[in-house]
Amino acid sequence: VASRAPAAPDAGRRINRGPGRVLIGVYGLFALAATARAGYQLATKFHEAPLAYLLSALAGLIYIVATIGLSTANRAVAVTCCTIELVGVLAVGTASLADRPAFPDATVWSGYGQGYGFVPLVLPVLGLLWLWRTRRLNPERGTAPDDGTA
Amino acid sequence: MSHWPGTAVTIGALVVAAWCLVEVARNRPPGRLQYAGLAVVEALVLVHLGAAIVALAGGARPHEYGTFLGYLIAYVIVVPMGFLLARAEPTRWGSVIACVACLIDAVVVVRLNQVWSG
Repeated sequence: VASRAPAAPDAGRRINRGPGRVLIGVYGLFALAATARAGYQLATKFHEAPLAYLLSALAGLIYIVATIGLSTANRAVAVTCCTIELVGVLAVGTASLADRPAFPDATVWSGYGQGYGFVPLVLPVLGLLWLWRTRRLNPERGTAPDDGTA
Repeated sequence: MSHWPGTAVTIGALVVAAWCLVEVARNRPPGRLQYAGLAVVEALVLVHLGAAIVALAGGARPHEYGTFLGYLIAYVIVVPMGFLLARAEPTRWGSVIACVACLIDAVVVVRLNQVWSG
């Protein structure tokens, strides 16, 4: 079992290793939770808050794609999803505070994700920081040319 | 429903989370003891799950039934998920994963109690 500590800086590391694996875990959980919750809400009470439930479903979908992008080391997909999430949580967070009647029921992104301990706000920031720190590498595969030898 | 199973999970999860944090500080992956700790937390979670099922079978209904069931599912799978992910990451970040899994279950206990009583 290889347990040698990576003394090299993060640049050039695969995005699905190390801190990336922590992100994959949390993203995976949010993907499951947001999608299941939105599916249940859409199926049982769509008419109560259609906008909120559709946004929740969209958020869940993006978490799923982000999880796949991170775990397959697909940098472009991961960057895209994290960016959409950050924009989404800021936009929906602001809209939910400005126009409360449009959001009679909470979404994952309402109030900047306060219903989930602001994790939906922190997660894309951490994701983008991690992607930024590992950026100096082959942009297509998310791997360094000399991966594993550093 | 009695609060004891949930309280036991909270205490166990926080102790194991802190223990994993020590391994993070020492720049080490989780060792056998931490993995054993995760197993104990999951055992406590299953006891709590059993108590919840008994309460539901006895006719008790949580304030938000669907949400409660959803949280129960997440509650049971978080630590095994963390266990497998941590095994795949034999660095200090594996310890971070184990720590986060425990913290999530500690938070879920709070949410379970909230949606039970409304």
